[in-house]
Amino acid sequence: MSKLINGGVKLMSDTVGWIDERFPLTKTWNEHLAQYYAPKNFNFWYYFGSLALVVLVIQIVTGIWLTMNYKPSAEDAFASVEYIMRDVDWGWWIRYMHSTGASAFFVVIYLHMFRGLLYGSFKRPRELLWLTGMFIYLILMAEAFFGYLLPWGQMSYWGAQVIISLFGAIPFIGPELAEWIRGDYVISDVTLNRFFSFHVIAVPLVLCGLIGLHIFALHEVGSNNPDGAEIKKHKDAKGIPLDGIPFHPYYTVKDIVGTVVFLIFFCLVVFFNPEMGGYFLEHANFVPANPLKTPEHIAPVWYFTPFYAILRAVPDKLGGVIAMGAATLIFMTLPWLDRSPVRSIRYRGWKYRTALTIFAITFVTLGWLGMQVATPNVTMASRIFAVIYFLFFFLMPFYTANDTDKPVPERTT
Amino acid sequence: MTWHDILPNWNKNRSELQLFLAIVSGKQDFGVCYMQDDGQDNNIDKKRRHFLTAAATVVGGAGALATAIPFVSTLSPSAKTKAIGGPVEVDVTGLKPGERKTVKWRGKPVWILRRSEESVAELAEMSDILRDPESDVEQQPEYAKNSYRSVNPEYLVVVGLCTHLGCSPNYLASGEENDFGADWKGGFFCPCHGSKFDLAGRVYKGVPAPANLVVPKYQFISETTILIGDDSGSGELGANS
Repeated sequence: MSKLINGGVKLMSDTVGWIDERFPLTKTWNEHLAQYYAPKNFNFWYYFGSLALVVLVIQIVTGIWLTMNYKPSAEDAFASVEYIMRDVDWGWWIRYMHSTGASAFFVVIYLHMFRGLLYGSFKRPRELLWLTGMFIYLILMAEAFFGYLLPWGQMSYWGAQVIISLFGAIPFIGPELAEWIRGDYVISDVTLNRFFSFHVIAVPLVLCGLIGLHIFALHEVGSNNPDGAEIKKHKDAKGIPLDGIPFHPYYTVKDIVGTVVFLIFFCLVVFFNPEMGGYFLEHANFVPANPLKTPEHIAPVWYFTPFYAILRAVPDKLGGVIAMGAATLIFMTLPWLDRSPVRSIRYRGWKYRTALTIFAITFVTLGWLGMQVATPNVTMASRIFAVIYFLFFFLMPFYTANDTDKPVPERTT
Repeated sequence: MTWHDILPNWNKNRSELQLFLAIVSGKQDFGVCYMQDDGQDNNIDKKRRHFLTAAATVVGGAGALATAIPFVSTLSPSAKTKAIGGPVEVDVTGLKPGERKTVKWRGKPVWILRRSEESVAELAEMSDILRDPESDVEQQPEYAKNSYRSVNPEYLVVVGLCTHLGCSPNYLASGEENDFGADWKGGFFCPCHGSKFDLAGRVYKGVPAPANLVVPKYQFISETTILIGDDSGSGELGANS
């Protein structure tokens, strides 16, 4: 028996050896997993990077299966989705996995980004890591937007109409640009067809490429940690960080547990509450697209509503578009706005702590306001919170420059 | 001009074909053809390298630019898309004052609203609360640039899409329940972002929509028939009816 096992082990190592002479298999494995040293003090907030990858896989796989039955034409799209829901075996499950996955993607990404704000993960030397992450976020928004048109419901139609009209606000070229994007004078079969193409191949390819860059950048600079201490400063004789542990098996095991817990919650939504009271799948989208009638109340899906509230807050078309664009892009400037030498919230002074708390509340409140009917009160509240939103960024160079920061420990705690 | 002219320090014994193949193969150091002073760095033919790089960049760059044209152009509205959307005939017989009819023209909703005499009279009193009461922004054909923004004061014809972000506003007649107070004279309210328009499709001040609703080309072809999307001989009928 042991002979057999030994033989098997030898066959394995021989095979790996054969491959290693021709392809850097062991080298890659070591560089990115077995000998990639991550700080030993990762906490709850460090689950969301790997969870984002899990959701990506769910979206790709369920997306491929949906494509097998979906028909990207104005005539057939709505009916083909209903066909998937009713007549295709387990079609409802595939579709709910995909629709829940879209929202889950943003839940995970927002928490992942907030982790960056908490522990200063965007700060030197991780600026490029932050930027590649921001590009992933933008591309993810594009992917979600294109995908949302495909069911060809009322919200699909009018949501796309509003968002593409945003481009019409650009001076001089706006109207032509909007027409070029739609390929028609209004959202139509032509638009649906090209959005399908973007959603299933163009954008996912870019997304995967950017995720590759993000991970390469991460493994070059190394992960930040809840203390914000630089573990590369203290290494043993072999050059291994004293406060580092190999990603595999330590964090692969941690992440597997995190993944399973996440998937349990994910399945609870998929099986018991896939519409999430209209937040994940909006009620108006169960009505086929009607180009003659806008639904009484239209709002984007929850993950866009903070920016949508800012758009509505500005009583000027171009101004609103600029404000909304700025609200999404301004995150990219964080590494250069923050002048504190301290990364982690644990050792930051009261100013940044207060600012970040107010910002988190503001972001959630704007998200809520963006879902409400635009009454004068809602508009006024949106204006106030939009100003606070931008002040978090504009004032950052001032309140971080002379904050009551505490000394950062040399080693992780 | 031959390859020997372009690359004078190449082996003259080699045929034109061999030299051509050497270039196509892209090898910097094509030993067979390239013979002078082998092994000495200062004799690397940098001129040739520069020439090839520059030539490939210019020609390849032009090709790449030209290639972009079809990719960009296919996204524009196709001939078929442009061809759809001819004029639409609408019969407004039986439309009562205060009633609105919606038809589809070029995929867009077009409203025909019959206004009462009272409503038409009130249009003149709205100037203070409107952004562009005189319709100075070109959102209408010349024949609709008047206080009631139509050919016939009784019938308003507008594209029913908000000039903000393209939602289709709701029609709220003057008597209807609304959030804007008792002096609401009737008009249109966009549910998406709260823009308001009066009964001539003129935009209110202080709302996100920048301009009045678009008036399409149209003409009356009889007392109660409107042709939307065509105004050849416009205004002859209807204007004085």
